[in-house]
Order: sequence, then structure tokens, then C-alpha cells
Amino acid sequence: MAASQHRTTLAVKPYKLALAGVAATSLAALAACGEAPSDTGDGNGDASFMACMVTDSGGVDDKSFNESSWAGMEAAAEENSDIEVDFKESSSEADYDPNLQATVDDGCNFIVGVGGLMAGNVTAAAQANTEIPFAIVDGVASDAEGAPIDVENVFSIQFDTAQSAFLAGYIAASQTESGKVATWGGLQIPPVTIFMDGFVEGVEHFNEAKDDDVEVLGWDVESQEGTFINGFEDTGEGKSTTENFISQGADIVMPVAGPAGIGALTAASENDDVEAIWVDTDGYESTDFGAELLTSAEKGLAEAVKTAVLTAYENKDAESAAAAAEPYIGTLENGGVAISPYHDFDSVISDETKQEVEDLQAAIIDGSVVVESPASPASE
Amino acid sequence: MSNDAQAPATDKSEPGPKKAPFGVVFLRYMTEANSVMVTVYSLLMAFVIGAILLIVSDEYTRSTFTYFFSRPQDAVYASRDIIYESYLAVFEGAILNLNTLDRFAAGTAELGDLLRPISETLLYATPLIFTGLAVGLAFRAGLFNIGAQGQLIFGMMGALIIGFSLDLPPIVHIPLAVAAGAIAGAAFGAVPGVLKATTGAHEVISSIMLNNIAALFLVWALSTSFLHSDTKTDLVSKSPDASATLPKLLAWLNPSLRVNLALIIGIAAAVLVWWLLSKSTFGYRIRAVGFNEHASQTAGMNIGRTYVTTMGTAGGLAGLAGAALALGVGSTGITTNTALEYGFDGITVALLGRANPAGIVAAALLFGALKAGALSAQPDVPVDISILLQAIIVLFIAAPALVRAILHLRIPRGGLVTLEAKGW
Repeated sequence: MAASQHRTTLAVKPYKLALAGVAATSLAALAACGEAPSDTGDGNGDASFMACMVTDSGGVDDKSFNESSWAGMEAAAEENSDIEVDFKESSSEADYDPNLQATVDDGCNFIVGVGGLMAGNVTAAAQANTEIPFAIVDGVASDAEGAPIDVENVFSIQFDTAQSAFLAGYIAASQTESGKVATWGGLQIPPVTIFMDGFVEGVEHFNEAKDDDVEVLGWDVESQEGTFINGFEDTGEGKSTTENFISQGADIVMPVAGPAGIGALTAASENDDVEAIWVDTDGYESTDFGAELLTSAEKGLAEAVKTAVLTAYENKDAESAAAAAEPYIGTLENGGVAISPYHDFDSVISDETKQEVEDLQAAIIDGSVVVESPASPASE
Repeated sequence: MSNDAQAPATDKSEPGPKKAPFGVVFLRYMTEANSVMVTVYSLLMAFVIGAILLIVSDEYTRSTFTYFFSRPQDAVYASRDIIYESYLAVFEGAILNLNTLDRFAAGTAELGDLLRPISETLLYATPLIFTGLAVGLAFRAGLFNIGAQGQLIFGMMGALIIGFSLDLPPIVHIPLAVAAGAIAGAAFGAVPGVLKATTGAHEVISSIMLNNIAALFLVWALSTSFLHSDTKTDLVSKSPDASATLPKLLAWLNPSLRVNLALIIGIAAAVLVWWLLSKSTFGYRIRAVGFNEHASQTAGMNIGRTYVTTMGTAGGLAGLAGAALALGVGSTGITTNTALEYGFDGITVALLGRANPAGIVAAALLFGALKAGALSAQPDVPVDISILLQAIIVLFIAAPALVRAILHLRIPRGGLVTLEAKGW
């Protein structure tokens, strides 16, 4: 027996205990002297329409696409008091099926699955429950093998973020002094590489238009190979990856890695002549490093999810679930993706460049400039 | 190294000075910090702390405490309700849903619906049985196998590769794919054993590092065209052939019941480990080395070989967990997330089960129930409550002195029992 024989004395002297007790009680008393409220109303408890969301791993507070989608759900509930929203978090793909089943069992009237990985599971649930409309964020209805299929009560919510990243790439190319810009990603998955494709193409467009030779480090559209830090959490890794690019001469960096991208902003803040571009949200508002950001390539997840929920609500009395919502692809044209204001760099970026970016945006919208990425959502 | 199954037994054989009546003996047993009661009290205390945290984390209940002195009944009722409803929701998600029971009695629900919570509990418990055994077996040899996570990841890849690359009938394909998982896990698990036997490198350090290697290797492997799905663009592997997918045990009742053949393999593995430890020469060697490696060496045992074979066997068990995931719930392909923290949870399972196969199965069932229950009880109950309870339970189990001090228990004959690995 390896157990120790001596007594571990954890008993506290009685007077100390009494003292601690008095302290704790008075603290509790101070905290508990408030007035009793007259009424307890909570949220939209008696709403007639329930919209539910099943998250991917990461949960509703992942500071990334799950959180943005949930913000959209909450915004819908805020706008219409007859809508109640609810979520189920998944910690891995093993949890998708029970969570989707639970939302069905709970009587949800509209179910949103977040993330392309869940597409097969959402589709299967939709086929088993044809009376309920389902939506997939960043994915399309597909069978278990991942082949796209047509299921009438499944709606896709997708974003052609290559378009906003294209503009970001153009701005980066116009602002670099070293002639080198960089981008890197979290994982090599479509919602990440689509930004990197657009960024590189934007830089190439600048080179053609201005006969310049700005180089992009970290991503090759042709071979679809580049720099990834194998996750979305490690800000330390994000910082060292960025410093690596800085030492190779890059002075503008666009991280596409959710929270890990903060590492790039830290690195930019420590190097005077290095700036960064944020993705997904306007980083000037969502991060503490607004002063480092030229702009952001936004993806309007929250707005799209909110619209989907509200549309489903309006069509709740429709004959079939098929009429409840519409497939959605966020583009520059419908405002689903966008380039953020320049904020602190408004005075730095020349009016000429601003005009060019606006012209380019118009050209993308009218189709005279086409941004292509293998990861772009297929238009239907 | 301690053998806890014996602790209560010695107790009963040595009653007090006189033959005391049953009630007194029972009471005496209850107030003693022996390994059984420490486990029981650890569980109870974890649920009490969990209850406090539930009160604190619920916004409405917390708000009732701000006016505690003007209307205390609000806070009392709200606390009572939140505790009752939360634990009931976890119970309903893990064991038996009372609503479904009503509907079943009324004839509107099928037996399959009634069994779903249990099926989910068993499903989530299965990988924990394997990883718990992987850590527990190594404990018995005085080795601390923190590498179960990496071994599981390699087992997952081994099983998957055989699962999609061969074209065989299920009767051959399933055993072959499962065996491939065990072999891949064993090969990876043996590495820290070999390093310890040949260079003296500590298995804790080497197995932790190997976990990182395995996790990053998986990310790389998933991006290769060999492993990456042909049809999906996300970072997900090919899926195993239907002929290699583990059959669901209760599919004849309802196809949505997900518990599969891996559970049977898991229980068989627990029986095998029990037999190995208590009946075989190999097991005798493991325990002898665990008790005293120097004495074992003097007695002519090959310590190095015991390290390698123990770590290899442990790795094989963790590899089976990987096979269970790749061919079971992950049968649409594995991702970087499939392995979750099952390898690390195996450590807590082995601790709670006191490195004893039956105890490990029981502990795995408990944690599986917590996971299934918490998953279905969200979002009213925060999903992290299962992890939280798990952590608190293990904290107390690992520190019997703390439990004894809090509850003023008596020290049993032979002292407090802590499970520990040697070789530090």
C-alpha cells in the first residue's frame, strides 16, 4: 500500500471559521438587499414559432461562425416577439444526430444547422421530417457521402466571400510598401480557403491593372496549397506564423483563422509598418486592434440567418415546408458579403484607390469582373 | 500501487473488538474513509457542488438572490426548481424519459423511443471503456499512460484505412478493421514503453508528446488524397465501407438507436483485461512490476519487456476505442474532432474505476450517462455540466484526504487509499 499514514490537517481553527462566516454572511446580506421585482417576464416565452439552431463543435460562444449565426437567431427573436429561439451545442459530429432529433422532438418550426460538416445529417433529418423547414449554414443538402442532392425542405445559406476578399486583396496590394502581402488560414477547409483565393486574385488584379508585381505569401490558388496553423484557437501559433511572414518582407497580413487570427493583429501592433486585414466581421469593432486594420472582408452571417428565420416565420402557414425559405448566397450585390469601412485608414488610403475599389465592386456586381474560387458556392 | 478491491474485504473480516450488531458495523463503515465510501461521497459531493453551480449559472435564479431578504421564498423555490429540473433533465436524457414513458404506457410511443436515452448512454460510454482500460492496465504496472489520446487517434486511422480500402464481406471485414485499429494503437502505444525500457525516458513525458504528434499527424493525413473524402470539401476522411461499419445492436427496434457492436467488444475487452490481470502470467508480471520493479527484476523478470508489452497492450485497447469511433458513430468519415478528449477522459475513468476492469466499466457508464444526459438537457442546462461533474468527482477521488477532512471521516486500517503510478 502506497498510501501515506499521516493525517492531513485541513481542519480550520474555530474562530477563523466564525470570522469567515460573518464575512460571508455580511457579503451575502449586502448583495441580497435589493427590491423584489413585481413581475417576472422572460423573453418570448409564449411565442408561437420556435426557431432552433444546432451548432458545430465550438458552441454558441466560439467568437466565430457559430456565435455569428446565434446572433442572427437572437436578432430575429428581438425583432419579432412571436419567435422564440433555442440552440443545441455539438462537441463533435457524434452529437449532430441526437441534437437534430432533439430539436425535432422539441417541436421546433425551423431548424438551422451550422457548418458544412453537418450537411448530410441535416439532410437526413429533413427527409425524415418533411413538414419542417431546415437550413444549412455554409453547406448544401447532400447525402451521407457528401454528394449534393435536391431536398425541397432544406435551404442553404452560403457566402461568396471570395468577392469581399478580392476587394481586400486589391486594397492590400495598393497599400503595401514592401511589395509583399501575406495570408494564412486556420484549417484547409472551403470557408477558409475561399477568402484566401479571393485575396490572391484581388492582388493579381491589381498587378494587371497597375502593371505592378506585388507578391502574395501563404497561399497558391493554382495548387491550392498554403500556410495553415491547423486550428482556430492558438493565437501564439498565429502570431509566430505572422512574424515569419513579416521577416520574409510582408507588410500586410490577412489571417483567416477565427480567434487565432488575433495573433496576427498582435504581431502587426508590435511592428510599426505592418498592417492587417480582418475577416468575417468588421474587426474595427469586434477586436481590440482597430488601429492595425486597413479594412475587413465581412461575411454577413448574422444578417442572413436573421433573414432566414424571419422569412420562415412569414411563411409558417404555407402549404408545404418547401415554401418556407429560399436558398441564399451572400454576394456583394445583395450585401451578404462586404468590405468594411477604412476607419483609421480613411485618411491614409488615397481617393483614387477608394474610387478604384468602388468601381471594382460595381464591376463584380455587374459581372464584368468574375471572382472564381474552387470553394465558391455553386449558384443555382 | 494499491489493490482496492481488497480494502472493504479486510474490513469485514476484522470487526470491532466485540461482535457489533449490523447497524453499528454499517454505520462505522459509512463513516470511514475507505475506498468505497470515498467514491460514494465523492459522487454525492460532486452533485452538491454541481447544484450550487447550477443555481449560480442560471440568470433568473441568480436574480432572485439579489432581493433575498425582501422575498426569500423566491430564491428558495427558484433554486429548488432549477436543481430538480436540471438533474431530472439529465436523468431523462441518460436513462429514462418520463414523458416517453407516459406516451409508451398510452401506446403512442414505441419501445425503441423508450430505450433511446439508454442507447445514447451506452454509445458515449463505449470509447471510455476502452480508454479507461488502456490507462487502468498501465496503472497496474506502475505506468502512467497519458498517451491514450494518441493511441486512439492511430487506432482510428488504422481501422478506417482497412475499412475503406478492402472489399470484403462483413463477417471478415469488421474483425479485420477492428483488429487493424488495435494493432495501430498498440504499435503507437509501445513507443513510450520501448523508450522507457531502452533509454529510461519517462513514459508520462513521451506519451504526452506523442499525443501532439498523433493529433497533428491526423490533421496532415486528413488532407492527403489517400484519406481525404472524395466527395466532401471539408476536412473529413473517406467513410468506411458499409461492410466494415459496426452493426447497430438495436436497429431492429428502431434504426435511430445508435448503440453498436463496439459495446460488446468493450465488455469483452474488460473481461479479457480482468482475466489477464488476475489469471495470466503476463498479468502477474504486470502486477509484480507495479508493486516493486526492483524485486521483480531480482526475481528474474524482464522489466523492460514488461514495460513494452504493457504499453503495447494498453495502446491496443485505446486503439479499439479509435476503431469504435471510426467504424461506429464516425462512419460517415472522421474529422479532427472525432476523437474529442476520450483518451484523456480515460484517465479519469481509470481513476474512478480504481484501475479495476469492473470499476472502469461502471465509471465509463456513469460518464457516458452524464454526457448523453447533458447533451439532451441543453440549453436549459449548460452542456459543460457533465465535464464539470466529471472533474469534481475525480478531484475528490484523487484526494481522499480532502473528502475525509470535509466530512470528518475516520481513517480506515491501512490508511487512506490513493491510486498512484510509480516511477516518478
